[in-house]
Amino acid sequence: MNRSIMFCAALLLIPAAAANAETAADNYRTYCVQCHGLKGDGKGINVADMSTQPRDHTDAKEMSARTDQELFKVIKEGGQSINKSVLMPPWSSILTDEEIQDLVKHLHKLCKC
Amino acid sequence: MAKHNDRKKISYPGLALFLVISAINTATADGTGKVVFEAQCQSCHDLTEKAPETLKQLWERKGPDLSSAGIKYKSAWLNEWLQNPTRIRPAGMFYGNHIKTGKKTDVVDPSGLVNHPRLSSEQASQVVEMLMTLKRNENLVTSGEYRPGSIPMMLGEMMFDKFKGCLACHQIEPGYGGLSGPEMYTAANRLQEDYLISFMRNPQSWEPKSIMPNKNLKETDLQKLVHYLRALSKEKFQ
Ligand code: HEC
Ligand code: HEC
Ligand code: HEC
Repeated sequence: MNRSIMFCAALLLIPAAAANAETAADNYRTYCVQCHGLKGDGKGINVADMSTQPRDHTDAKEMSARTDQELFKVIKEGGQSINKSVLMPPWSSILTDEEIQDLVKHLHKLCKC
Repeated sequence: MAKHNDRKKISYPGLALFLVISAINTATADGTGKVVFEAQCQSCHDLTEKAPETLKQLWERKGPDLSSAGIKYKSAWLNEWLQNPTRIRPAGMFYGNHIKTGKKTDVVDPSGLVNHPRLSSEQASQVVEMLMTLKRNENLVTSGEYRPGSIPMMLGEMMFDKFKGCLACHQIEPGYGGLSGPEMYTAANRLQEDYLISFMRNPQSWEPKSIMPNKNLKETDLQKLVHYLRALSKEKFQ
């Protein structure tokens, strides 16, 4: 009896934990691709009328010019936090710190740097 | 030109209004709006479903949440749009399901976009009557919070574009602006002012996984943005 209760409790906990953190690839597809593009090259569907173009995340030279702290900050607090364009939004209202850290790692994959 | 056309049409709405008024009386009495909704709308607008809490739910959503319709939409707009629906979100509910790489940039792939079902004027008013009773997120809206005022068009546009970066995702006229969010040049016709304030202040309180980021707008900016959206929706873009 006790055991089956614990088993049920465990089952309830699994989806709850999984729902908290989304993978970096899924977050990137949902929140970043609209501007940074399906390929991460800065050519999303939104760019036509943007006065500052989104960063090309596959550009190893540009991307390696930033530290991981700066990348974390710009994702969390937006472009203005590092004196960049307001068109790069702040994501702290949606992404947890942990998810943003995963995105920083994801960016390293995209630029292979 | 536009005025001339409007005038010609007047006799129809006049007649329709008469029919609508008589229809409303019966609709409330026997719940016809609900019957129509369950048969033709519920499959894409599940009124019992909560807003998506995971990305997978967000990607799979078939239509906007109507469970707060009564505190969100303007009934006149609902009535008109349901009889003559036009596209509001250029890239569909979740843009990621409707894009592909193009020559210069990614582009919208219109093949999977829904052509919205259309209702007769009688059915529309029955459904609207029912929808306007739905107020799930009433606690998020403060009635009368918006205080009517005005802002010079130029200043409003500068705010929307340069200062706040909203243009990146929203069009402010057909063919101008971002494509991932709903068009903004009809927003104030569509949506109640107090809802606009509430949503812009905190999109995630309405939609936890919304792709619209919270830009921490000041209270005065929220008011000014609604002034701007109201002015914008009065412009004629044809
Ligand atoms: C509304 C459009 C938009 C969205 C959505 C967006 N970005 Fe950006 N991003 C930009 C723009 C524009 C720039 C360029 C800013 C500049 O150069 O001033 C940028 C720049 C960046 C930079 C480089 C900053 C620098 O100069 O070092 C990073 C990193 C970045 N974005 C990550 C992301 C991530 C991760 C997401 C998704 C969580 C995302 N962006 C979503 C528009 C966007
Ligand atoms: C096949 C799925 C589907 C069905 C069936 C459907 N809708 Fe929709 N509905 C949508 C989609 C998708 C949108 C968003 C359209 C857009 O943004 O261009 C939408 C938008 C709306 C809107 C505007 C809401 C907003 O915030 O933009 C209303 C109101 C609405 N539907 C009511 C109805 C009613 C009433 C019915 C039944 C007669 C119905 N829908 C049937 C998919 C559907
Ligand atoms: C990164 C893209 C993005 C940015 C930037 C953005 N929005 Fe949105 N906005 C959306 C999306 C997508 C929706 C649709 C609602 C949803 O998905 O939760 C939306 C919805 C809205 C709505 C409600 C419309 C409705 O139909 O319910 C308003 C009003 C609005 N945005 C205004 C603004 C303003 C003002 C700004 C700038 C401060 C802004 N948006 C910035 C993407 C964006």
